Amino acid sequence: MKFILSILLVALVTFAVGIYGNLPWWSFTVTNLIIAIALPIKPLQAFVAGALGVGALWAGLAFGIDMANNHILSSKVAQILPLGGSYIALIVITALVGALLGGLASLTGSFVRKPEIK
Amino acid sequence: MRIVPFLVSATVTAGLVFTLNIQLKLGATKAPRLGYFLSPQHGFWKNAEKVNTNFDATILANDLKGEVDVYMDDRLVPHIYADNDEDAYYVQGYLHAKYRLWQMDFQTRVAAGRLSEVAGADKLSIDRFFRRLGMVYGPERTEEYINANNPVMKATVDAYTAGVNAYLKQLAPEDLPFEYKLMNFEPENWTPKKTYLFLMFMSYDLTGRSASADLQLTNTRDYLGYDLFDQLYTNQQDSLDPIIPIGTAYADPSIVPIKPLQSDMAYLKKTPNVDIAKVVETPEAPDPNNGSNNWAVSGSMTKSGRPIVCSDPHLGLNLPSLWYEVQITTPSHSTYGASFPGSPAVIIGFNDSLAWGVTNAGRDVLDYYELKFKDTTQNEYWYNGAWKSVTKRVEVIKVKDSADVIENIAMSHWGPVMFDAYYQNPQSNGRNLAVKWTAHNPSTGVETFYQLNRAKNIDDYSKAIQLWKCPGQNFVVATKSGDIAIKQQGDFVARWDRQGDFIMPGEDSSYDWQGIIPFEENPMILNPARGFVSSANQKSTDASYPYYLGTASSFPLYRGISVNKQLSGMTQVTAQDMQALQTNNYNVFAEQARPALMKLVDMNRLSKEAQRMVQTMSQWNLYNHPSEKGITIFKLIWDSVENAVWGDELAGSIIPLTKPESFVLLEQMNRDSNFSVADDIRTKGKVESLKEQVLLGIEKATEKCLELEKENKLSWEAFKATRVLHLTKIPALSRLNLPIGGGVNIINATGENHGPSWRMVVHLTDEIEAYGLYPGGQSGNPGSPYYDSFVDYWAAGKYYRLLFLPKEKLKQHERTKWHIQFKKAVA
Repeated sequence: MKFILSILLVALVTFAVGIYGNLPWWSFTVTNLIIAIALPIKPLQAFVAGALGVGALWAGLAFGIDMANNHILSSKVAQILPLGGSYIALIVITALVGALLGGLASLTGSFVRKPEIK
Repeated sequence: MRIVPFLVSATVTAGLVFTLNIQLKLGATKAPRLGYFLSPQHGFWKNAEKVNTNFDATILANDLKGEVDVYMDDRLVPHIYADNDEDAYYVQGYLHAKYRLWQMDFQTRVAAGRLSEVAGADKLSIDRFFRRLGMVYGPERTEEYINANNPVMKATVDAYTAGVNAYLKQLAPEDLPFEYKLMNFEPENWTPKKTYLFLMFMSYDLTGRSASADLQLTNTRDYLGYDLFDQLYTNQQDSLDPIIPIGTAYADPSIVPIKPLQSDMAYLKKTPNVDIAKVVETPEAPDPNNGSNNWAVSGSMTKSGRPIVCSDPHLGLNLPSLWYEVQITTPSHSTYGASFPGSPAVIIGFNDSLAWGVTNAGRDVLDYYELKFKDTTQNEYWYNGAWKSVTKRVEVIKVKDSADVIENIAMSHWGPVMFDAYYQNPQSNGRNLAVKWTAHNPSTGVETFYQLNRAKNIDDYSKAIQLWKCPGQNFVVATKSGDIAIKQQGDFVARWDRQGDFIMPGEDSSYDWQGIIPFEENPMILNPARGFVSSANQKSTDASYPYYLGTASSFPLYRGISVNKQLSGMTQVTAQDMQALQTNNYNVFAEQARPALMKLVDMNRLSKEAQRMVQTMSQWNLYNHPSEKGITIFKLIWDSVENAVWGDELAGSIIPLTKPESFVLLEQMNRDSNFSVADDIRTKGKVESLKEQVLLGIEKATEKCLELEKENKLSWEAFKATRVLHLTKIPALSRLNLPIGGGVNIINATGENHGPSWRMVVHLTDEIEAYGLYPGGQSGNPGSPYYDSFVDYWAAGKYYRLLFLPKEKLKQHERTKWHIQFKKAVA
């Protein structure tokens, strides 16, 4: 239950701190850390929750934007980066970067408190 | 707490955040800050515009005096309806910023020599070039002058500036244009000086070629000696068809420039300077094909009985485009046309009384003077028999991730000392050179456009262009009432023969400019008997004009011949005929050069493959159409013959020299095919005739043709591979390999990355019938469907009908899509 809650909370808070463009793009790593402290779960679970929460959010946002844009920009950026012009690869990379950072931040937080054993 | 795992994990996380938050190396350039760039709420994804974006908006702006309604049509062209002029320019500034912010910011940074501030130390030499050329000095003087003397222009530019800054103020960080995120810098507030810097950059683009040409000509003259130089770089153009028809009489000149005594020895035949300079990067010199076509046909030639104006400026083809279409309507005037993001008003366009267009005059308004400094402090230079002091102008260049660089520029009475002990390039060749350039003088150019936007008749047109100084232009005009005219206008130096073609001695005031040709004496024709006026960057007059126009290499010859030849036979002209003429691919140079070449070809002495190529070339229909192969073969053969003829004469120089113009060889072939320069001076004891050189040239070209044939690249479109390049030159943001014909010497002057940057045809009927487009799109955002939406249409030679209507009609027009309302916030 706490695991599922963690995922949802991570996604929600990451989205919320992302709305204000004045906050740095990596603000979610701080909030993930706090969430993992507030809702202690096992380190591996915390990593997965952080990774899924941010990764799925970023994948979803990127996918939605890209569909509405008919891949105009993504196919250009995927040549600059270079990903052979594949917008799918670009969405995957976006999601992976978010997932990796989100996971690591949550993992870090999970080491602060020992999860209570029920 | 598990300290060790916590610390390890925290370190890895922080390290990764740090790495993704800096610019890593990506090949030769730097990658964006990847974490930021990829974040869907901060980075590039935010620039991916919905393809069905609704552009309706209400914008609250307390700087406005009244209300402004903007209607956007289906091509995203804004039609601005304002209660007063200043509000209109405020909104123009706002819209330029909304759709083209990065481009305006970037281009004016380049002009100001501030590229290394955002791109790093790699670009320092380009910044130093522009600073030392006086690119900041000129706009500073313009700003001072306008602030002190011209309250209306000050108010206009201030309103425009306020509009740009109003957009910036509400711009959220995540909505920064794409390129800022890619290159990792931020916009800064607009200032009036930036507008003047932008216009200065146009002066550089259109007259700055002398900054390298004068050096090249000097080096070539030194290398060849004046007599051979004068033969190869002749100013005589037998086939010239000037802007002002041959035989037109000119009044006696009011200035008769006096050639300094002994200048034949001291100036024309100076002994060569053998110092070899170290190589530094300079910006690409302005394209020699920066030119344009414009013409107007009178009602006597048209089907409707009303005049038609056509204008297509040929400039570098870039995305985002240099141009932005706009309609501006206020109680004082109503104008439509192409504007410059960075400047208020319409630059090339029409209003409800007349239409105007411009081409580059090509006259030389930038000269170098060589100085002798007393010592290494460079504080004093020799002038009229005494030491004269300089002042020092300090310019600070900020460099990204590096220390500031200070330029101490010596200011002589000629102008800034561009080249000295601290700054040289291969062509300056160790000399101390001061620059004198009309673009350094305060400019009233903004007012020319401001007044043209409001002009009602030929008198208004004349008053407007009288204010125009630099870059010299051929202003074409036609009015609804039936007048047509063209005038070459700008500050042009009254020169003695060849004055300023080469570096001049800076120690002697007799080499100074002896005056600026008065407005009344600049070439003009009004309602000529032949029923049309035209210009295509050729010399404006024949030799009977009493002033020296400049080196022939500044004046392309063949496009003008083509335009006049085509217009001469026309009757019952329609706007569609004029579109066909603007996109005409006929090659008048090849029409003359092919027979001249073929006369010299001995088919029996050619290889089988060369015979086949020559045959394809002879059967070619002389049109530079995209699929033609004959033009590719012709071009390769001609270039190869030119190299065979001139290459030997120029080969020995360490300093890069320029090849003579194509007309020189062609006209020489037509005069006398046995001329001595044809001989390869490197083969001792053997005299090559022109015939030998032609055979040699054809065999060489054939090798190249066969290679191209193998790669399937012999067709003109594949060979030319026209591209519209993003300003950063990143291929993914550019449009490559466009299927389009044309080329150098062709009315459709589309080269590889250069050509008709805005095509406009205006039929001055009661309700104006206007067509136009440019190879770009109204949005500068690579993530918008409007980024390159006109490019394919442009390549296909098609036109859009331009909507130019009063507010009530436009509002209801089927092509009107969106409404942006600007109003004061309620207090």
